Amino acid sequence: MKNSETTNLTTPLSWIRNLGDRGMTVLAFGLTIIGMLPLISVLWNIVVKGFPGLTAVMFTKPIIDDGFANAIVGTLTMVAIASLLSIPIGIATGIYLAEYEPTSKINRSVRFLTTILTGVPSIVVGIFTYDIIVLVSKKLFDFSYSAVAGGISLAILMLPIITLTTEEVLKLVPNTFRLASSGLGGSRFQTISRIILPTALPAISTGVLLSIARATGETAPLLFTALFAQDWAENLFSPTGSLPVLIFNLYNDPDPVKNQLVWTASLFLLGIVLVVNLPARILASRGR
Amino acid sequence: MSSPQNLFVPTTTKNNLARHNRSSKTDRADRLFRYLMYAASAVPIAILILMGWKMLEHALPAVKQFGLGFLVGREWNVPDLRFGALPLIYGTIGSSLIALIVAIPVGLAVAIVTSEDLLPQWLRSIIAFTIELIAAIPSVIFGLWGFYTLVPLLRPAEQFLHTKFGFIPLFSTEPSGFGLVTAGILLAIMILPTLAAVSREVLLVIPGYLRTGSMALGATRWETIFKVVLPRAFSGIVGGIMLALGRALGETMAVTMVIGNAATISASIFEPAYSIPSILANQFAEAQEDIHIGALAYLTLILFVLTLVVNIGAVGLVKLVERGEK
Repeated sequence: MKNSETTNLTTPLSWIRNLGDRGMTVLAFGLTIIGMLPLISVLWNIVVKGFPGLTAVMFTKPIIDDGFANAIVGTLTMVAIASLLSIPIGIATGIYLAEYEPTSKINRSVRFLTTILTGVPSIVVGIFTYDIIVLVSKKLFDFSYSAVAGGISLAILMLPIITLTTEEVLKLVPNTFRLASSGLGGSRFQTISRIILPTALPAISTGVLLSIARATGETAPLLFTALFAQDWAENLFSPTGSLPVLIFNLYNDPDPVKNQLVWTASLFLLGIVLVVNLPARILASRGR
Repeated sequence: MSSPQNLFVPTTTKNNLARHNRSSKTDRADRLFRYLMYAASAVPIAILILMGWKMLEHALPAVKQFGLGFLVGREWNVPDLRFGALPLIYGTIGSSLIALIVAIPVGLAVAIVTSEDLLPQWLRSIIAFTIELIAAIPSVIFGLWGFYTLVPLLRPAEQFLHTKFGFIPLFSTEPSGFGLVTAGILLAIMILPTLAAVSREVLLVIPGYLRTGSMALGATRWETIFKVVLPRAFSGIVGGIMLALGRALGETMAVTMVIGNAATISASIFEPAYSIPSILANQFAEAQEDIHIGALAYLTLILFVLTLVVNIGAVGLVKLVERGEK
């Protein structure tokens, strides 16, 4: 590289452009590292503060006796109710969007409104569910705040996510599959149920898992629907404790035992969410 | 669909059309399935319409009572039953704007680092994966972390800014750690994955010849990024920013735990504030008087409309980008 001795075919970058280029690279790496720091700090804090308090008793006793077993059961119950409601409807809507006249006007408006529904703040969903379930059940039946109401509010949050991922996934199934199936005389129903859904099932379950993880951590929709309970819920129609609401209600509690409970509950909640998330996300990124 | 060797075209009689050979049972199943799918797709529409209707129904009496003056009322006073939305709108939009200001540079940096070939592919995937994992953490856990870690961390920095630059209105009040800027920074962390992921997707689909063309003309990597890549990706990135803004406006738990929960308007970003979702979370269950409930319903409507407008804008922009690609 003895350019100076021969005729210059290339001129080196002016120092200012060179500096600008390297400076920007350094800046971008710096910002990226800053972006990853909070995640590390959150995980570190929760593990360090939550782990020492972890005892076996916590998984058998309700909050009143310094455990969080009732909150775990409450969360699982409500997520189960939400899944039962939202998974069939969500997948069916996704099938409709992808398989039945995907370019028609009705189809496009369903897709648009579902997208809008994903953007509705979770607290608004909570207030809406309070309106249509809690108030109505208070008037008509003998209960108000309940695990059922909590489950329905979570279902409203999960529904659009499941729908849109199902649609995305179904669109990726090659069209030749549909043509081949109907070429062999398969009806729409047979094509969808025997060819398209089995092909798309792994990816759909990834989407469903992610939406379940999201619902597990939601707090705001449960505040006015499931409310909270320090003890075991009597049945599905009584106020029910859950892990996220436990954290929110007790995070500022002066009692050090309750404070420890909050950290350990956070660790456990984070654990559930990550255990569901990590495999789902790894699978999803591999599929791309 | 043209086949030149199509010598024999069968006449379409009832018998050789495949679907007439199907049993009526299959046909019935087909029809039933279609109706089921149609019925299911009515559910999200029904939910959204019912939501809008219920919200209007509850808010309309309050809208009639307070009028548009509610939007500029500077006082939210529960004991005296005087309600104005301005401090809450200020808290909601203010914290979200701070979040955007903090998150946009970081989000773009992450998107560029993970889409350019500065790093080997496996490292880029790890970075993108780590940032996306932030989205998985429940917001109440971010609130807890904000309350016990971020607030003590920011307090000395705020104190420093206050003592050195207290003459600037932005830093003019004694910081407690809880306030608008803390909520903004926490929101920035929470919207970062949305921002980074959308921008990355947009950057990844920019055709390679634009980059190679620009570099062939002698531009450096970053000149290419700033003058060719980013302008091309602009509308998609703005779509991502609006999507993130929608998230930030509606975020409840984390904000409630660090914003300070005081319905005040101040030039200082260190002052405690209150956002619409937080006030709903704190006061909705306890509101007794009709006027208080009405005011909260009015606020819900404002929040709903605000997020609706932002989200529709985002969806529109993303659609525009998709159409541009085709």
